[in-house]
Amino acid sequence: MDVEQLEKKAIEMRKATWEMIYRAKTGHTGSDLSCTDILVALYYKVLNQTPETFKSENRDRYVQSKGHAVEILLNVLADRGYFPKDDLLTYSQFKSPYIGHPNNHIKGIEMNTGSLGHGLALSVGIAKAAKMDDKDYHTYVLMGDGEQAEGSVWEAAMAAGNFKLDNLTAIIDHNGLQITGKTKDVMNSEPLKAKYEAFGWNVIEIDGNDMSQLVDAFDMKSVQNKPTLILADTVKGCGVSFAENKAEWHHKVPTEEQYKEALDVFDKELEERK
Amino acid sequence: MSEEKARKVGEVICEQLVDAGKNDSDIVVLTSDSRGSGSLVPFAKELPKQIVEVGIAEQDLVTISAGLAHSGKRPFAVSPAAFLTMRSIEQVKVDVSYSNTNVKLLGISGGNSYSVLGSTHHSLQDLAITRAIPNLEVYMPCDQYQTIGLFKYLVKSDKPAYIRIGKKALSNCYSNPEEAFVKPGKANVLRNGKDVALVAMGETVPEALKAADLLEKEGIKATVIDLVSLKPLDTELLSKISNEFSDIYTIEEHSIYNGIGSAVAEVVATSGSAKLHILGFPDAPAIAGTQDEVFGYYGLDGAGIAQNVEKSIS
Repeated sequence: MDVEQLEKKAIEMRKATWEMIYRAKTGHTGSDLSCTDILVALYYKVLNQTPETFKSENRDRYVQSKGHAVEILLNVLADRGYFPKDDLLTYSQFKSPYIGHPNNHIKGIEMNTGSLGHGLALSVGIAKAAKMDDKDYHTYVLMGDGEQAEGSVWEAAMAAGNFKLDNLTAIIDHNGLQITGKTKDVMNSEPLKAKYEAFGWNVIEIDGNDMSQLVDAFDMKSVQNKPTLILADTVKGCGVSFAENKAEWHHKVPTEEQYKEALDVFDKELEERK
Repeated sequence: MSEEKARKVGEVICEQLVDAGKNDSDIVVLTSDSRGSGSLVPFAKELPKQIVEVGIAEQDLVTISAGLAHSGKRPFAVSPAAFLTMRSIEQVKVDVSYSNTNVKLLGISGGNSYSVLGSTHHSLQDLAITRAIPNLEVYMPCDQYQTIGLFKYLVKSDKPAYIRIGKKALSNCYSNPEEAFVKPGKANVLRNGKDVALVAMGETVPEALKAADLLEKEGIKATVIDLVSLKPLDTELLSKISNEFSDIYTIEEHSIYNGIGSAVAEVVATSGSAKLHILGFPDAPAIAGTQDEVFGYYGLDGAGIAQNVEKSIS
C-alpha cells in the first residue's frame, strides 16, 4: 500500500473501532484513535507477517504493551484476515475471547498484555532469542507515554541497550495524556528522547499521526548495535474532533449523538477519498 | 536411604542443567546477578552462549524469560526465592502463567535459608502465592536424588513451574532418582506407621523422618509422607490418609498460612475426619539464628515435631 491508501485504511479502521466501542459500550476510545496510524503502518506496510505466516519462526513480531488500545488492534487483525470480522460482534460479551486486553487465544496476538510495563521486556526476550539463534526477524513493541512511569520499562530499556538489540523497534504513542490528565503533570517522564539515548538507543522523533512520516521512520535502517525508539507525537482521540486531546476520552464511550456525528465525518472523509 | 554424602541441591541442579544444555541448545539460564549463589558458575563456563545475565532486575528476569520462551527457548530463571516470588510475582502471573510460556522459575536460597540476613531475604510466603496461580507447578526437592529426578522431568516438560530450593547440603531421603520423583502430583510414602501421619516437603522431610525415629522409641508409629509436588497435589493419597488417621501433622518451612498445611487442609476438610496440626513459621518476622537454631526454636526439627505429636495425642 502507498501512503494514500494507508491513510484511507486508517480512516476505515477508526470508523470500525468507533462503531465497535459504541456497540459494546466499552473501550479505550482515545487511546485507540491515538495509535491507529501506527498500527495501520505496521500491519499494512511494515510487518513481515500474514495470517498464514503467523506461526512461522521468521515472522516479525508485534507486541502491544499498551494493551488497553485493544479495539484498534482487533479491528486491524480482523481486516487483515487473522479471524472473521463477525467475530468482533462478540466483543466484551459473555465467554468471548475478544475482551478488553489482548490475549493469545486470538490469532495474531503474540503475548497477553494489559498490565503496563511488560511489553518492552517481553520484546527484549523475543529479540534476544533472535540474536541467539541468528534469526533475522524484527520485533516491534508499542508503549504508551503514561506507561513510561513503570519501573520495569526502564529495566527493559537498559537491557535492550546492554544487549545491543538492533533488531528491536519500540514505538511510544506520545499523546501527552493519561486517564488523570496531562502526563507531564501526573508523572513527568520527559525528556524521553534524552533518556532513551542515555540508555543506548537510537531515537527518531516524528508526528505519529502523519502516515508518510511513519512509513519513512519504519523504513530507516537500524543503527548497528542499537535498539530504535520511534517517539511518535500523537493526538489522543485523533480523528474525532470533539474527543481530541481530552483525557476524559481515555475510556469514554460516545453517546448516540456523538456516535452519529463522528460517523458522518468518517463517511465523508472516505467518500472524498474514493 | 543411600549412604552417599549430603549434597547441595543447587550444585546438583547445575550438573543437570549442564547435561541437558549440552544436548539442547534451547535450554538457557537467566540470572539476576545470582549465578554464584545459584551455584551456576560451572554452567556459565561450560555453556557461555546459553546464559543470559539481566542484572539485578528481577521483574525483567521473568518477563525476558517469557519472551525467550515464546521464541522457542526453554529458560530457567534463577533468583533468590524471596525476590522471584514477591518482586516479580505479577510478571509470573501475567507473562508466565497467563501467557502460558514455558519458563522454569528457580527460587534459590528459599525459605529461611538466608537466616541471619533477615526477613528481606526470607521467602516464607512463596508457596502461598505460587500455588494460587493457575498453570504453575510447584516443587521443593528434599534431597539430591529427588532433584535429579525432578530436573530430568523439568528439562523436557513444556509447562511452567516454580521450584524452591535452600542453601544447605541435604542428606539423602532416597537412594535413586526414580524412586524419589515419580511424576508431578505423586507423593511418596517414606515410612508406614499406624498411629499418626507426618506430611512434609523439601527440607522438612528429613526432620519428619527424624521425628518418626524419636516417636518410635516412645511407642508411636508414624507414617511419613513426602508431598514432592505441592501443585499438582496428590489429593488421592491425602484423601485416603484423612480417613485412616485421626491426627495428621504438616511440617513446612513457610508461614502457617496458605502453604503446605493449608493445601493439605483443603483436602482433609472436604474428604476425611482427621484432625490436622499445622506446624510452620508463625505470622511474624522470623527470629534471627542459623537455620538449625531457627527450626529448633519453632519446633520444626525432628525433636520439636516429635514433642508436638506426643503432646497433642497424649
